[in-house]
Amino acid sequence: MRITEHPILEFLRGEEISFFFNGQELKGFEGETIAAALHAAGVRVLGHSHAMNRPRGLFCAIGNCSSCLMDVDGEPNIRICVETLKPGMRVETQQGKGCLR
Amino acid sequence: MPKVKETEILIVGGGPAGLSAASAAANLGASVLVLERDEKPGGQLIKQTHKFFGSKKQYAGDRGYQIGDLLIEQCGNNPKVEVWTNTTALGIYEDGVVTAEGRAKHLKINPKKIIVATGASEKMITFPNNDLPGIYGAGAVQTLMNVHGIVPGRRVLMIGAGNIGLIVSYQLMQAGVEIAAIIEAAPTIGGYLVHASKIRRAGVPILTSHTITEAYGNESVEGAIICKLDEGWQPVSGSEQDLKVDVICLAVGLSPLTELCFQADCQMKYVSELSGHVPVRNEHLETTRPGLYVAGDVSGVEEASSAMVEGRLAGISAACSLGYGEDIAPKLQAEALAELSELRAGPAGQKTLRGIMNLMDKGGAVC
Repeated sequence: MRITEHPILEFLRGEEISFFFNGQELKGFEGETIAAALHAAGVRVLGHSHAMNRPRGLFCAIGNCSSCLMDVDGEPNIRICVETLKPGMRVETQQGKGCLR
Repeated sequence: MPKVKETEILIVGGGPAGLSAASAAANLGASVLVLERDEKPGGQLIKQTHKFFGSKKQYAGDRGYQIGDLLIEQCGNNPKVEVWTNTTALGIYEDGVVTAEGRAKHLKINPKKIIVATGASEKMITFPNNDLPGIYGAGAVQTLMNVHGIVPGRRVLMIGAGNIGLIVSYQLMQAGVEIAAIIEAAPTIGGYLVHASKIRRAGVPILTSHTITEAYGNESVEGAIICKLDEGWQPVSGSEQDLKVDVICLAVGLSPLTELCFQADCQMKYVSELSGHVPVRNEHLETTRPGLYVAGDVSGVEEASSAMVEGRLAGISAACSLGYGEDIAPKLQAEALAELSELRAGPAGQKTLRGIMNLMDKGGAVC
């Protein structure tokens, strides 16, 4: 959920753009991170752990913890909490450890 | 052969300590390069919407993000300061070369002096299902809310009643999110009572001597079980409460980000008052590796106010060791040290002072 009114801060969002999450078209704003756009769209489960298949979500949001690794435009293990959203990006849930192209 | 970037002072980390170090050193005439892994410098300051305490010299009365903007501007206006964003330091080598990754390039830097101002990372606590989506570090909640303008959920359980737990709870309330409760395992509230009173006045319970026993939910958090702790910090049976929340926020402390110090072979010491392993350093913040200084949370977790003063002190000390401002540096260093003593005069500061005494003492368990 996006904050529309705030007592202290004003959010200057970029242009609204489309991207794809597992093939589904979603909207986000230019300049924000992929994680922010997915969160705003209500997506909290970003993947599953390799060994136990437990759901993984956003935890640190500053590129420290590796909880948010996803496949972006075919490249695996992208920390989506620090990767900026771009128009038409294809963000996919990663299967396993990911393969380099 | 790839080019090596030459600089007089390399600063790793563009948060409050790093930026303060950069302008202090540059003001004395040294040329400075700052490495910042994020897209924008300012560190965690840019997420702070509360007003700072302290004295005017530490920007008391200003909100954190305003102080961040000011520090960025100071560095931006100084031709002696260069800031490389989206750049992560990778290693400090025996010959003094520092490597970094920036915009998909491998970079080499050859500085005369290094200031490590890498900050801290959030701690985790153990309880069943603590890996469920919907459980965040307090910093992540601040990033989502105050940088991106997105709330993490509808109803939050906050764990930890230190200043971070209290401030982030208040910020969540400002963003229209309900706080089910703030729980704190210790018998007393750790943060400033001025923050706690604001929250309590709004009707949010702050439950001391309480802990979380488990989180539950199918694919993400749907609730949490909390319970009371007795005087021996043991769960009181029958005191369990089930809170329906979709967010659990952890504000359970920070650990200094000291990987580079370990790797650079600085002598390290575990000091609980400083929140973990920290580099042994002298009064002017130089570590046991000559020419390598530290400032801010990496040398002991405190607050942004003291991180800025430590940054200034390290910047002056590093510049002075290169021959800049030798006439005025001692006076500036004394001023910074006096400000640090003033900032550490309160009860929380006493703990830090004990930690620093322990750290400067050459005895004890050293690793």
